[in-house]
Amino acid sequence: MKLIIHLQQVSRTFALPEGTFDVVKSVSLSIERGAIHGIIGASGAGKSTLLRMMNALEVPDEGTVTVSGQKLTGLSETQLRDARRSIGMIFQHFNLLHNRTVSGNVAVSLELAKMHKREREARVQECLRFVGLEDKAKQYPSRLSGGQKQRVAIARALANQPSVLLCDEPTSSLDPNTTSEILEVLRHVNETLGVTIVIVTHEMDVVRSICDYVSVMENGQVTDTFAMERSSGVQVSRTPLSYREQLLGKAGSERV
Amino acid sequence: MFDFSLMIEKVMQYQSQIVESIGETFLMVGISVAAAVLLGLPVGTLLFLCGKGQLYENRTISTVLNGAVNIIRSFPFLLLVVFMIPLTRLIVGTAIGTLAASVPLAVVSIALYARLVEQSLLEVPRGVIEAALSMGATKFEIVYKFLFVEARSGLLRGLTTSTISFISYSTVMGVVGGGGVGDFAIRYGYQRFETELMVAIIIIMIVLVQLVHYTGSLISRWLDKR
Repeated sequence: MKLIIHLQQVSRTFALPEGTFDVVKSVSLSIERGAIHGIIGASGAGKSTLLRMMNALEVPDEGTVTVSGQKLTGLSETQLRDARRSIGMIFQHFNLLHNRTVSGNVAVSLELAKMHKREREARVQECLRFVGLEDKAKQYPSRLSGGQKQRVAIARALANQPSVLLCDEPTSSLDPNTTSEILEVLRHVNETLGVTIVIVTHEMDVVRSICDYVSVMENGQVTDTFAMERSSGVQVSRTPLSYREQLLGKAGSERV
Repeated sequence: MFDFSLMIEKVMQYQSQIVESIGETFLMVGISVAAAVLLGLPVGTLLFLCGKGQLYENRTISTVLNGAVNIIRSFPFLLLVVFMIPLTRLIVGTAIGTLAASVPLAVVSIALYARLVEQSLLEVPRGVIEAALSMGATKFEIVYKFLFVEARSGLLRGLTTSTISFISYSTVMGVVGGGGVGDFAIRYGYQRFETELMVAIIIIMIVLVQLVHYTGSLISRWLDKR
């Protein structure tokens, strides 16, 4: 088993006015290369903080973080910026630039990587095609649906060809059908590009549909890690059930 | 009864002085706007970045800048003009005239706009900064590729509001021989009892302010794609 991310004994304490709060307590966790690894747990369990350690948005007070063989803890700021370019990240609230077009949003991560204009335009096109949004290139994000916004964020995160994609509650502000749409895109990213995906969520269905491994987090500790059966193809149904069927099951499709 | 034809007549009579005084106002306000953009914008950005929980969190710089901005803003403007005479003399060589009057005006404009810049930047969602960091942006890139892009309509609206304040501030510049339409209205309209002339100037000022406000809101609305 080849590891791509390794957290060793990482801890993080936040100082709040009402006292200190141990968000992550001496967690060790390994992520296999090419896998989709879920981290599930209740709100406030420390999942997001743990995820943010994987690209050093959050620096552990203790312990070490290694990604693609590089130790992130103790890097200089310049080295850290370079390392972050090979680690993509998407967020619950998408965090797009509302004053730039869809293609501008994807281009921004390439601009930061100092890619030349012509090359950049081609790459933006390619990324948008990958997430199925090439027809929205000239639109502003405010005109898009939640699912489309998240797809733009995925295209932006993939632009620099990262080896890892970190997802912080990527479907938590989306409705169930849009959730499966995004999960399909993520699976597609994993299967065709070989990108390792770490996905933090509190939704059981997300883990069930795409994860190879799951870690359970409670009160700042990883209490369990196990493998999931990888389903062939997409488990999430392509033709979404009606609300009636979702609520009552298949039986509910027969009207009373 | 107010005599409109008399007003027109007076305006015609003093045409050249009016044009000259409008030119002086434009010079003073222009210098203030330039100072606001060139210095107020960086100062306001620094004010934001050094604030609590921000990228360059720095208690010392934050306290000093906040103090300076608040002190300048709490001065009664006329007193600031008088108080700054030594500094003005140092910068432009004289404390009298339109150019000299621009110095205290520029100082106030920097402080005023810096505060509005800070407020606009505070309105950018934190997630945007986080996304920028995750893409490996430098702090400078975060400011001009993310913060300024997202806050641009607010920054322009702030500049519009400030410009209108500068126009208002510039009207008292007669005390140091700064001239301008406000000074003209006081000397000719008020002190020489030519009420019609004063009213004419007030109308010109209203039109000027409306024009600035209208243009500013039009552009900022166009810039805002949120």
